[in-house]
Amino acid sequence: MAGAGGGGNDVQWCFSQVKGAIDDDVAEADIISTVEFNHSGELLATGDKGGRVVIFQQELESKNQPQCRGEYNVYSTFQSHEPEFDYLKSLEIEEKINKIRWLPQKNAAQFLLSTNDKTIKLWKISERDKRPEGYNLKEEDGRYRDPTTVTTLRVPVFQPMDLMVEASPRRVFANAHTYHINSISVNSDCETYLSADDLRINLWNLEITDRSFNIVDIKPVNMEELTEVITAAEFHPNQCNTFVYSSSKGTIRLCDMRASALCDQHSKLFEEPEDPSNRSFFSEIISSISDVKFSHSGRYMMTRDYLSVKIWDLNMESRPVETYQVHEYLRSKLCSLYENDCIFDKFECCWNGNDSVVMTGSYNNFFRMFDRGYRQDVTLEASRESSKPRSVLKPRKVCTGGKRKKDEISVDSLDFNKKILHTAWHPQDNIIAVATTNNLYIFQDKL
Amino acid sequence: MFPKGTKRKFSDSGDEPAAGGEDVNQPSSVAVRMLSSYSLQRQSLLDMSLIKLQLCHMLVEPNLCRSVLIANTVRQIQEEMTQDGTWQIMTQALSAANAAAQCSADRLVATEVLCRQTEATQGEQVLKPFPAVGSEGCPAEEEEEVVVEEEGEGGVTMSTVSPQAPTSYLPGTFGMDPCWEEENGEDEEEDEDSEECGSGSEEGDSDRLVGDSRTAEQVFGTFEIKNPAPSPDPALEELFSDVDASYYDLDTVLTGMQSAPKMGPYDLLESLSSHGPSTLSSSTSCRSDLNELDHIMEIIVGS
Repeated sequence: MAGAGGGGNDVQWCFSQVKGAIDDDVAEADIISTVEFNHSGELLATGDKGGRVVIFQQELESKNQPQCRGEYNVYSTFQSHEPEFDYLKSLEIEEKINKIRWLPQKNAAQFLLSTNDKTIKLWKISERDKRPEGYNLKEEDGRYRDPTTVTTLRVPVFQPMDLMVEASPRRVFANAHTYHINSISVNSDCETYLSADDLRINLWNLEITDRSFNIVDIKPVNMEELTEVITAAEFHPNQCNTFVYSSSKGTIRLCDMRASALCDQHSKLFEEPEDPSNRSFFSEIISSISDVKFSHSGRYMMTRDYLSVKIWDLNMESRPVETYQVHEYLRSKLCSLYENDCIFDKFECCWNGNDSVVMTGSYNNFFRMFDRGYRQDVTLEASRESSKPRSVLKPRKVCTGGKRKKDEISVDSLDFNKKILHTAWHPQDNIIAVATTNNLYIFQDKL
Repeated sequence: MFPKGTKRKFSDSGDEPAAGGEDVNQPSSVAVRMLSSYSLQRQSLLDMSLIKLQLCHMLVEPNLCRSVLIANTVRQIQEEMTQDGTWQIMTQALSAANAAAQCSADRLVATEVLCRQTEATQGEQVLKPFPAVGSEGCPAEEEEEVVVEEEGEGGVTMSTVSPQAPTSYLPGTFGMDPCWEEENGEDEEEDEDSEECGSGSEEGDSDRLVGDSRTAEQVFGTFEIKNPAPSPDPALEELFSDVDASYYDLDTVLTGMQSAPKMGPYDLLESLSSHGPSTLSSSTSCRSDLNELDHIMEIIVGS
């Protein structure tokens, strides 16, 4: 079979880089919890369970090898969130970074929002490659000169220095969420953003930290009646008044902030009727949506539930326009997956730059791409074995029953501890970042 | 594994047994029903779900989404079992179960505190089975408090450590005392239903029942006493009824001391005594604890 899916049937994916420790003994703090390219694709940010953010920067393409895209190297590392203790409830607040979202760049500095379960922070990442030298009153090392020795005046001059990247917290948005924050999304107006927890969505102004507006509240008066929670939320990429949020019952609600201040009444409700032949006790759990992403165009949105990826046309609420099965072979294993809690894994999904291909992760360090135009899909693996520079990734196949062909892997041999939950696609190029438990793989198409 | 669109075996079988109480004496018919594989699978799913709901992490808040999904699954199973009539069979069969099995069916959260509080408080502890034999209401879900007085019997409100901890879904019976200590059936705190706590007959029933009904074993086998409460002297219980049990936990005391370094060892004694006038004088074990505390305080303070 020629080529693999992804932007046409002639795209082949090659290994580019892998970041992170090699040894199999994974430190809990190193577990990657979020991956995000910035708007130009030059920067790639990861957050981990230890509350750290690592930003990689793409090197400029070298003139010697115009065919190769630049490599991503560490640009900045900082501790975004620390573990906290809620004394009132006697509970720890995890420092794990749940989401990172970049702000569009407006000046020389870069800004990103990072959040843990309770607090969102706005970080400024700026470069410093010059420093003033030649002060009148201070020595070069900062000590003050003896005033009596100062006999002349001079103007300090900026001299080049080694590049230093500084990350500083500019805003801390705290104390607005009782439940665990699962999503943040920057509005297209670049002034506001939303944060969503299990039961509420708040709207913030990026400049104001002591106030936020509650725009969705699904908390029942009596918590005993709670049957549904919010699982993800996102602003529309172009319409600053529109956002969507998904629920644990498999529904997506689109809300218009112009309609009312509190958007409990949705403008549109997207829900696919249940297939009665597939009904089981696990139907609701596997219908729970773990991620929702608008296409870049804003015309479509994609949702990820446990077994499938669905593309919705915003103009049609009754059913998705496309459905892709990620790992249908797991449907007969749902009871075991419920027992070992894998059924609750929250997989993310992403679009490529021109909305023609979507990608999502699976188990055994597999990830899947679905080409919407060519109706092709491919399964690839992120592993150290296929990590030779520029080696082409071989498509993988899971054998569901009967004879196992060579190079196929049977369902029972899948490693459910190796899960790819977080993936990201470069906004313009065919470069993807795939996070295994503690490693970040970067693949690009063969040029 | 769960048949798709096939007629469930239960609807094929005959009528329900005439009276719930007779089930205990007709083990074979109950066993035959229960042994059909769909019900077994459903039952094991139910057990699994109940265990998952109970396992809440003490230090980190439990995942609300996960809890809601599991709770919905449990309710689904329960609804189906109610429609089948299985639910009534199970609860009636379990109504003769011994109190010990019920006592052991406890949440992991705050077992120690729970024991003392329920001892000291008036009224029975009614472990409500979910939702409802005879009740239409929604199951109590993840919540700050277990609201247990469904039958209007003045139940106990147990405040939990974690506000997100799910409530107990244990199948149980109405009107049964927990009887934390079976030996001391006469507990002056408990009232009218204390005679139901008679240990002798209960144990006999339970043995018979556990042997006969796999469901009881399936359900209760998994709910073992995690922190078996030592049978406390009821007199002591009364005295300590309003004492914060966490003070007897050395770790908590030490944590408290570390976070309030200004408090000296004698301040600790004073604060303990402020919780109950009889605290210091009534128990030698308490005194030895305090001596230990003194010793540890000296080490911490470095004197």
